[in-house]
Amino acid sequence: MDVVLAIAVGGLYAAGLYMMMRRSIVKLIIGLGLLSHASNLLIFTMGRLIRGRPPLIAPGAEALAEPYADPLPQALILTAIVIGFGVQAFAVVLIKRVYEIVGTDDLDQMKRTDEL
Amino acid sequence: MNLILGLVLTFLLAALAPRLHALLKETSGWVFAMWPLAWTIVIGSLAQQVIEGDSVYIRYPWMSQLGVNLSLYVDGLSLLFALLISGIGALVLIYSGSYLKRHRYLGRFYLFILLFMGSMLGLVLSGNLISMFVFWELTSLSSYFLIGFDHEREEARRAALQAMVVTGMGGLALLAGLLLLGQAGGTLEIAALLKQGETLRTSPHYLPALALIVIGAFTKSAQVPFHFWLPNAMEAPTPVSAYLHSATMVKAGIYLLARLSPVLGGTAAWQLMVAGGGLVTMVLGAIMALGPSDLKRILAYSTVSTLGTLTFLIGLGTPLAAKAAMALLLAHAMYKGALFLVAGAVDHEIGIRDVRRLGGLGQFMPVTATAAGMAALSMAGLPPSIGFISKELLYEAQLHALHSPTLLAGTGVLASGLLVAVAGIVGLRPFFGHPIHRKRHLHEPPLSLWLGPLLLGGAGIALAIVPEIAASPLISTAVSAVLGKPTVVELRLWHGPNPSLALSALTVIAGAGFYAAQPFLLDIAARAHLKEWMARWGPQRGYERMLQGLNALATAQTRLLQSGFLRFYLMIIVLTTIALVGSTIIIPEPLSRWLSRIVDARPYELIIVVLMGVATLMAVLTSSRLAAVAALGIVGYGVALLYMLFGAPDLAMTQFAVETLTVILLVLVVYRLPRFTRLSGRSARLRDTALALAAGGMMTALMLMVLSAPLKSRLAPFFAANSLTLAKGRNVVNVILVDFRALDTLGEITVLAVAAIGVYALLKLRTE
Repeated sequence: MDVVLAIAVGGLYAAGLYMMMRRSIVKLIIGLGLLSHASNLLIFTMGRLIRGRPPLIAPGAEALAEPYADPLPQALILTAIVIGFGVQAFAVVLIKRVYEIVGTDDLDQMKRTDEL
Repeated sequence: MNLILGLVLTFLLAALAPRLHALLKETSGWVFAMWPLAWTIVIGSLAQQVIEGDSVYIRYPWMSQLGVNLSLYVDGLSLLFALLISGIGALVLIYSGSYLKRHRYLGRFYLFILLFMGSMLGLVLSGNLISMFVFWELTSLSSYFLIGFDHEREEARRAALQAMVVTGMGGLALLAGLLLLGQAGGTLEIAALLKQGETLRTSPHYLPALALIVIGAFTKSAQVPFHFWLPNAMEAPTPVSAYLHSATMVKAGIYLLARLSPVLGGTAAWQLMVAGGGLVTMVLGAIMALGPSDLKRILAYSTVSTLGTLTFLIGLGTPLAAKAAMALLLAHAMYKGALFLVAGAVDHEIGIRDVRRLGGLGQFMPVTATAAGMAALSMAGLPPSIGFISKELLYEAQLHALHSPTLLAGTGVLASGLLVAVAGIVGLRPFFGHPIHRKRHLHEPPLSLWLGPLLLGGAGIALAIVPEIAASPLISTAVSAVLGKPTVVELRLWHGPNPSLALSALTVIAGAGFYAAQPFLLDIAARAHLKEWMARWGPQRGYERMLQGLNALATAQTRLLQSGFLRFYLMIIVLTTIALVGSTIIIPEPLSRWLSRIVDARPYELIIVVLMGVATLMAVLTSSRLAAVAALGIVGYGVALLYMLFGAPDLAMTQFAVETLTVILLVLVVYRLPRFTRLSGRSARLRDTALALAAGGMMTALMLMVLSAPLKSRLAPFFAANSLTLAKGRNVVNVILVDFRALDTLGEITVLAVAAIGVYALLKLRTE
């Protein structure tokens, strides 16, 4: 399954980068979203996949019993998801404002600051 | 330890100098001079100990693991240099206070020159290669400020930059050389390195280290072909020229070579590079000194020549040569300091530095003329001056050289003869003969302007008449340090009739001849278009070409990289990543083995991945904004499902919540933006597709490479074992977030808060 996910991550990266290289600012945001999914999934897969064994200590036990899913990548990803959301929200509002002021969604029209 | 404190205090005084000057006003030069004077006394008090053969070694740990310490090592060589730096420094400070009296930035000047003095003292007292290098660079930096002191003039700025670039590049070479030396010797402490010359000279690092260090020393000490910055540096105020470019800065390279000669010296490569380079500089510098008519430029070229002689002598490396080098060092510091200060005094009184327009000043300023006369005597190498003794020693060293003594002595006579002529031009011509100037109110400059030259010029004579008081012991211990073994030197004015004396006589005759023939020689040079030829092919031109090339390169690469288009920046980043990461990817297992790991996937897992793939394609290809947002949402939910299946319920819950919010937000905003239109052409889309696929492929390959190696996490077992016992939590992921890595989470919350403030501000912002 990890190989399948490796291919999926590659596909997400390709799609995300392609979208980020478009001239439309909305596509840029969508590309950014795809890219952050790809990165999270990459970290997740790198921590190795274990089916159905969340890192929860069973009642009565003192420690996690093998096998268990690696908790560290999960902690990293949890942070990344939340931060990614913050970035996404900020970017979305920013492009809204940019569009209101500049009147275009074409990044090529936003090359110079002094023309505003 | 007191010496380290002294260095620190010097820099502190430099920092406070502008304020102090504002308080002291007129007397500031005299007051500031007390500090180097105190240094002279402190160093002088060490002299007895050092002369008796007991060097001072202080270590203050800095980065001891790397072998870098702030060590001080005072032996005879450091002692001689430190005395010159602090002694002449005191005179120069007195002089500057008067010379720049009404200058707006005199306070700043004190800052720079004290900074320079501290760096120079640090350089010669350092006992560690790295701390020495730090001080070395500090002298480059502070001399940049000093040369460019009159920063409103373009020439001054250009000269300062030139000095900085040339010595800075040499400094880089020096650093590499010093590190190689440290590698070869296993230590960066100079005292320890000095004891292992034998092993170092046979090390494979020897040749590269030597070449790099020699480049560093040659740029600093203005050896051909790096000499051109020194005459240009005459843009500096005259006391600076006197200090930096006769007694200190340019001597740093000489110090370095002398310091390392017990370690690096004596080999054929050393003699070829150091002695050869020095010999060429000696002759060319002396010839070039006849050319200019500006007093300071003449002196600058003669300095180049003397630096060449010093380098040559250190390169020769015989006991006689070391003796001659140290005597010449002392003599040169005295007479060149004096002559520069005299030139400044003349300039200060009359405002002219052109020797063709100066004459007969002696009757107006007899004291200055006396100082100039004594210094010129020493420069010309006439008795009874220390310059005479050092020139005799030079001839002796040349006559006793192992290879071609006749040729060496011949070039020695040529260069010294030229310097005799130069001494006449700068030391005698302005003061004797018919007064050219008819200015009525010509008079002697004030005490502070003639004290320095008179003392230095007088010292040049006194040291020679009674050498046993100061000159002999100082030079003996310096020579001992250069040779690495105790040596006793007895300087004498009168050696009796010997070949050196005959050569001296020849020199004076040649000098008189050059002096008389100078106009004629200049005429020949002008007819041969020598100046034009130098401007076209000289090293200065090479320097300019290099700067132009650098600028052109910078412009070209900025044009290439800074296009102003976001997607080109992205492309450069992606391409660089592909090149750097992609080139390291090796997949150790055959591809067929991967197949089994695809087949082990459960059907429902595959369905999720396929759905995500379709949604991704849709997000890329659709022309509807809402469809793209929805597709992005599907991908996100797919990811969340995968989290759930592979033991990450926390991630799944968060992902579901965040994805829902994102989709809502996007829908709300995107709806107000224009519809997708096709903006880029077909070829651009194809190019981007290829690049994106390459990047994606690389990421897949990278993951496969990592996955083929087993993961041995030491962190996971730690968290598994300690989560409950240490942090009282059963959900290990949560424990990591709020306990083990709680600070990260705090940072994350801060980021979110900042983003929220940003969003709020953007929404509330009113556009006019």
